[in-house]
Amino acid sequence: MKTSPSSSSTVQLARLAHARSGDKADWVDFGLFAWNAAGYAVLAREVTAERVQAHFAPWLPGRVECWTLPNILAIKLVLHDALQGGGARNLRLDNLGKSMAAALLRMEIQVPPDELAACLAAPRVGWWGETS
Amino acid sequence: MKKSIRVGAGLGFYGDAWEPVLASIERGGAQYIASDHLAELTLAILQKDLQRDPALGYARDVVPMLLALWPAMAQRKVRFICNAGGLNPAGAASAVRAAFAAKGWAARVAVVTGDEALGQLAELAPAHMFSAAPFDAVRERMVFANAYLGARPIVSALQQGADIVITGRVADAALFLAPLVHEFNWNLGDETPASAADLNRLAQGLAVGHLLECSGQGSGGNFGSLEAWKAIPDLAHIGYPMAEVDEDGSAVIMKAPGTGGRINFDTVRQQLLYEVHDPNRYFSPDVVLDLSTVRLDDLGQDRVRMTGATGHPRTGQLKVVGGYRDGFKAEVTWGFSWPDAHDKALAAVQMVKSQLADKAVPHEDLFVEFPGLNSAHGALAPWPERQALAGLNEVWVRMVLRTRDKKAADGFGRLFPWMGLSGPAYTCGFHGLHNTSELLGIWPALMDRTLVEPQVRVEVLQT
Repeated sequence: MKTSPSSSSTVQLARLAHARSGDKADWVDFGLFAWNAAGYAVLAREVTAERVQAHFAPWLPGRVECWTLPNILAIKLVLHDALQGGGARNLRLDNLGKSMAAALLRMEIQVPPDELAACLAAPRVGWWGETS
Repeated sequence: MKKSIRVGAGLGFYGDAWEPVLASIERGGAQYIASDHLAELTLAILQKDLQRDPALGYARDVVPMLLALWPAMAQRKVRFICNAGGLNPAGAASAVRAAFAAKGWAARVAVVTGDEALGQLAELAPAHMFSAAPFDAVRERMVFANAYLGARPIVSALQQGADIVITGRVADAALFLAPLVHEFNWNLGDETPASAADLNRLAQGLAVGHLLECSGQGSGGNFGSLEAWKAIPDLAHIGYPMAEVDEDGSAVIMKAPGTGGRINFDTVRQQLLYEVHDPNRYFSPDVVLDLSTVRLDDLGQDRVRMTGATGHPRTGQLKVVGGYRDGFKAEVTWGFSWPDAHDKALAAVQMVKSQLADKAVPHEDLFVEFPGLNSAHGALAPWPERQALAGLNEVWVRMVLRTRDKKAADGFGRLFPWMGLSGPAYTCGFHGLHNTSELLGIWPALMDRTLVEPQVRVEVLQT
């Protein structure tokens, strides 16, 4: 992990969140989910429509919409003009954008090291135990 | 004792597996199965079937699926709702009735028709809902248009005693909302306006449907994450999600015992936001759902309680999706081995471009991607450094021609074979030399309910 001049750590969203994407006509629709409340505070602050648009711009320069959902520790994002007009005319192998949530998880944000450590140390909200 | 109803997920798309549905019936106590066979694009596939044979145009997996599930369902009086009718619900119902008759099975099969809206769309000529493109640009090429119906006709079919309900296009989640409306006598607002409490119950029911409509995606399948997906047990024997819903709409999401997958706060919320666009206003024909008030309580052991969804009154319009012919594609994937695999793939692309120019092949686009390098994430995929690129074991390049000219698409594969002997060395094969397929554009629009709902019919027949 490299350190930026402002003594923040650069971290990929993949370390702080999980995500799913799907298609709606020519839009790709993302859910981005923090593992815990500490992670949500970081996502809600750092993952803005402008930054996500800048992240995708070298590939897909469409408009981005963004909503925050503190009740489920989630960010909802929609990327416009992302599927060559729609899944049934898109020539890409991933014509429905199913793998595009992983492209979102590639995005890097800046987080103060203490806050990052707290996010990574906080337990996950969901149940990930053994089935009894 | 407080009444509750257990609904289980059927298929999540045309081609999905139904073994997990059997587990929900035999071991999960499901009383209703609702099965979504129609993704946004499925009608485009069914349109091609219908052009070949007017008896087709429905999701044909409904017949073997029901043949496999019906004995277990009949024994437990489980009722089944699906949108497998596609563009031809009557055809689907005929096929099911014929298959049941051949087995000597008795069932009441309902068919819901009237979602077809091509005539209305052509008359209305609405601009594209998102791009605002004018309808006249596609008018002559429009091949189907269907409105998303709500729960009402399915509720009517259940009230008439249907064991199996087959519809065409309905809102996916309405397949699940309908049995709840039927069992709990919830007010859809047809005769008397829905109260705030009515709307919140409908919103809960719609949210339940949304969580279940994509089968295994609601129970740990397709769980997008770094590493975490590995902790989800036994996806090979995944249990599809079920919901036990109380009369007030509160629900517990669960799955059949002894099945794989995982239902927890994380897997459930990934599905809750899937393809909803504005989470504060998820439009459906029956209610507008606000997900910002939903509360998910992880109860552990594959149980999550969902409460708190807020409903707002439905609008006066239905969503209609039309499909129009949008040219053709043909694709070839060509591989090269080390050494210089990447440079050879680039040289191959140049040879194909020369061929297209020399032969003046009419086309709009030659799309090029490198499976294994950038086909998933395009320019966001980190490209290998020069030395690593030069040393790659193999490189595959996928070239896709987009053209309005079917002959150009059919001829695309013929540009390649000679290059096997006369192109760059160490080719490890071509794929897809003869695979023209027609592309379809999607035309979403909104239409007044009054243009569609009067034509909706429900017919129930005994096999």
